[in-house]
Amino acid sequence: MSEANTQAVEKYRNNFLKEVEERVEEGEWVKMCMQCGVCSGSCPFGPHWAHPPQEIFMMIRAGKRDEVLTSDSMWMCTSCYNCIVRCPRKLPITHIMHGLANYAHRLGLAPKGQPTREFGKMFWNNLVATGRVNELKLSLSLYFKDGFSQGIKNAMAMKDVGLGMLKAKRLNPFELFSPHGCKDRKGIHAMLKKAREIEDRRKHLTS
Amino acid sequence: MADQKIAAYICQGCGLGERLDTVDLAKVAQKEGKAHVVREHEFLCNVDGVKTIQNDIDSEGVTHIMIAACSRRAKAEAFYFPAVAMSRANLREGVIWCQPDTDEARETTQEMAADYVRMGCAEVKKMIQPQGNPGAVRNNRILVVGGGMSGMTAALQAAKAGYGVVLVEKAGQLGGWAGKIYKRIPSRSPYQDPQDTGVEEMVKAIETDSRIKVYLNAVVAKTGGAPGRFQVEVGQESGAAGTEEVGAIVQATGFSLYDANNLPELGYGKSANVVDQAGLEKLAKEGNGAIRRPSDGGEVKTVVFVQCAGQRDASGKHLAYCSGSCCNTSIKQAMYFKDANPDVNTVVIFDDLRTPGNGEDFYRSAQNKGVTFTKGKVSAVEATGNTCKVTFHDLILNDQNATIVDADLVVLATGQVPNSGVDIDAKLKAEVAAANGDTSLLEAIEAQEASGQKPISVLNLDYRQGPDMPQLKYGFNDSHFICFPYETRRTGIYAAGPVRRPMDMVQAAEDATGAAMKAIQALENAAVGRAAHPRSGDLSYPSFRIEGCTQCKRCTVECPFGAIDEDEKRYPQFNEPRCRRCGTCMGACPVRVISFENYSVDTVGSQIKAVDVPDEFSEKPRILLLACENDAYPALDMAAMNREIYSAFVRIIPVRCLGSVNTIWITDALNSGYDGVMMMGCKHGDDYQCHFVKGSELASYRMSKVDDTLKGMGLEVERVRTFEAAITDIERLPKLINEYAAVIREIGMSPFKGF
Ligand code: SF4
Ligand code: SF4
Ligand code: SF4
Repeated sequence: MSEANTQAVEKYRNNFLKEVEERVEEGEWVKMCMQCGVCSGSCPFGPHWAHPPQEIFMMIRAGKRDEVLTSDSMWMCTSCYNCIVRCPRKLPITHIMHGLANYAHRLGLAPKGQPTREFGKMFWNNLVATGRVNELKLSLSLYFKDGFSQGIKNAMAMKDVGLGMLKAKRLNPFELFSPHGCKDRKGIHAMLKKAREIEDRRKHLTS
Repeated sequence: MADQKIAAYICQGCGLGERLDTVDLAKVAQKEGKAHVVREHEFLCNVDGVKTIQNDIDSEGVTHIMIAACSRRAKAEAFYFPAVAMSRANLREGVIWCQPDTDEARETTQEMAADYVRMGCAEVKKMIQPQGNPGAVRNNRILVVGGGMSGMTAALQAAKAGYGVVLVEKAGQLGGWAGKIYKRIPSRSPYQDPQDTGVEEMVKAIETDSRIKVYLNAVVAKTGGAPGRFQVEVGQESGAAGTEEVGAIVQATGFSLYDANNLPELGYGKSANVVDQAGLEKLAKEGNGAIRRPSDGGEVKTVVFVQCAGQRDASGKHLAYCSGSCCNTSIKQAMYFKDANPDVNTVVIFDDLRTPGNGEDFYRSAQNKGVTFTKGKVSAVEATGNTCKVTFHDLILNDQNATIVDADLVVLATGQVPNSGVDIDAKLKAEVAAANGDTSLLEAIEAQEASGQKPISVLNLDYRQGPDMPQLKYGFNDSHFICFPYETRRTGIYAAGPVRRPMDMVQAAEDATGAAMKAIQALENAAVGRAAHPRSGDLSYPSFRIEGCTQCKRCTVECPFGAIDEDEKRYPQFNEPRCRRCGTCMGACPVRVISFENYSVDTVGSQIKAVDVPDEFSEKPRILLLACENDAYPALDMAAMNREIYSAFVRIIPVRCLGSVNTIWITDALNSGYDGVMMMGCKHGDDYQCHFVKGSELASYRMSKVDDTLKGMGLEVERVRTFEAAITDIERLPKLINEYAAVIREIGMSPFKGF
């Protein structure tokens, strides 16, 4: 268990709702859910979640910290926004789902190998490296995330798409060797660092 | 009647002149209807037409008029001649608008019209224009029983309107439930926080109003009389009693909380820290908002509210219904804690959170304040030391054994039980249940009787029908729930507030205001001998021929409004101001001695007999349709407006209520060769729509015995049929008529023709 997690447990004791309100993006909305279930019924992924949004909100209020933060449910959200549109209490459900996922990730509690989480990490690392997303690298690392031979299989399956993109000049193989970044990579890094600081302060994550 | 002079008017407007041979109709009125004056007019409801009629009344000495034009429901302002008796033959809605405009239909359409003219003439001959009760008296005071939110509101509203009030409260001070609570659910925008009750201001207003006389520590020991002349004995424990005369009564006796002692599984009585909502209000009031743990005065850190405690219970052990106010009350009580200290953990365990009115905003406000709402059903509350463990089925997480340990206080939201007095039909209901194999009710009554314990009456009416107002369901006083919520079954007595149905303070105040207005209306009506709703303004009232009466008491039993007492000689004694003019007594009387001046066994019977019944071989059957004037008849008028076509063989007579239908009309109709009789009345049962509450139910009971009569006459049972009809059945009723006409065609013509 990460240190951040131990410290959070210390700080909030058994008031998980309060923890969510302070530390999760839009978490202060959780108390406003009236348990109508419209979100769960509206979610295209609803039947595939262990805990649809309504249930997650109830679990937060019932103090089920571990179950919520280690769940892969909120990672399933596809950001279709159906629930937000329909929630009679106007909860920003989609944002709360991402907020919860992000928080669980930062505490190191999010499920290992959860595909959305893995892709999220890849995307982020790829982006911050040069300040610009390198699509070729990103897709290759996605293909090869489960090992070399699976990677080859994935690449072969996608080869027609790749060649088509090459022809249409939408893909440049040289990006693999000399990727081009943005003008002020240092500046970007400084910005991101500052943003993180602000966020951490707002979410009471700095001690 | 020698000095009767009848005038018949046949209108030619609205297409009547084109569709009908009015010369022929005039002849019918003169020859068969025996009208002394007969006039055709091209447009009877216009100024000239009305003047013609008025002139006949003023200078020709006409005493009875028959207007053959549109439905009696139309042009009532134009055809308003209060000095004479009047009948209306419905040629427009009842004939030309519901018959096809074709050459083939011309003959039957004309026959229909001629019959209605005959019927109109026959009816009016039997009518006397009512003059109202000469014994009507005025009393401008209203008795209000109960001094809670409803009672105080009714008293203040009536006084404000200039009427005197006698307010009787059984406790030592006014206020009722509202006086016992710390704060009330907000009644004003923005509906965010609990609000002062305002009871003190109301009490002050009552005390300083010279029109309101207050009795405290007092009960109503006896109520006699009728609207306009109620005699009320007020009893006080000190022995001092007053007698008051009032014109109308508002019963605002409120509710008691359901007894939480019936809920030992929820810890009540086992721990001082388990209270009901009244218990929590007491704690809050005593501590002026600061609530400590009852068992040891300790700090309250966690409070659990248990919704629907002993309510919405399907097992039959507790209240079956929702009290509709306790969710908002729990929200309010949770705020007592949150407003004082946001760190107190407040959990409301609910199944469905029902927050009527503006409660939704209040609910949201509580969520904002951090009150936790958990959807679940509490199964047990166990006390351990100074705290309680609450076990519940979490309905969202589907956890059967969810728990909250360390609850310092548990509040049970038990519901409202009406203080409605004695259930005067208890014995009857018990006997019906016993007949159906369930003797538990009967046993309970017998046990109570054996114990010498008498149920406590609220009004102590000295009516023959029992000391209190009849109840509908779950002990709430019967008020016309679906259509006219203020109307009870005791004329001039209005139930207001939670005694009528569960409700909160805002609703109770509204309800009480309405009841006060109704009470004023009732005493104003009584002052001039006018009927109350639904025949408002009707000056006729029932009387009976004493020589014929067999003292069978049917009328006293069946009158839905308890209007008929019994005199010393055991004859029925009609109390005109209590009567609603439904005619149920008239329908009930087996020897047919009850009548109204303008509505009697004869006014309808003579119409039935006036119809020309063609012989067996004509292939023109005759179907009599007795239609309730409140629902079925207007629905048929509207159907005609939509040009819905129905059988030309039907002859429709509006009746005040199906309850007024005397079976003699049916036997008379069948004996004079009608092929079928249809009756249309309102829905009955718990969700009745009958304007006279019990009329259609009694009718259907009476008609259930008609089959035997039919068999006795050697007739098919299909020849008499009763239907439930609502005013919205505009398309259905013509269909019913046509289907029935098809049935008659199937079984063939009646063998009773020509006798
Ligand atoms: S739709 Fe909104 S209020 Fe309803 S359960 Fe979902 S989050 Fe709660
Ligand atoms: S039955 Fe109807 S008409 Fe007869 S006394 Fe009662 S209320 Fe009046
Ligand atoms: S129903 Fe008729 S006979 Fe019977 S008591 Fe009444 S008036 Fe008399």
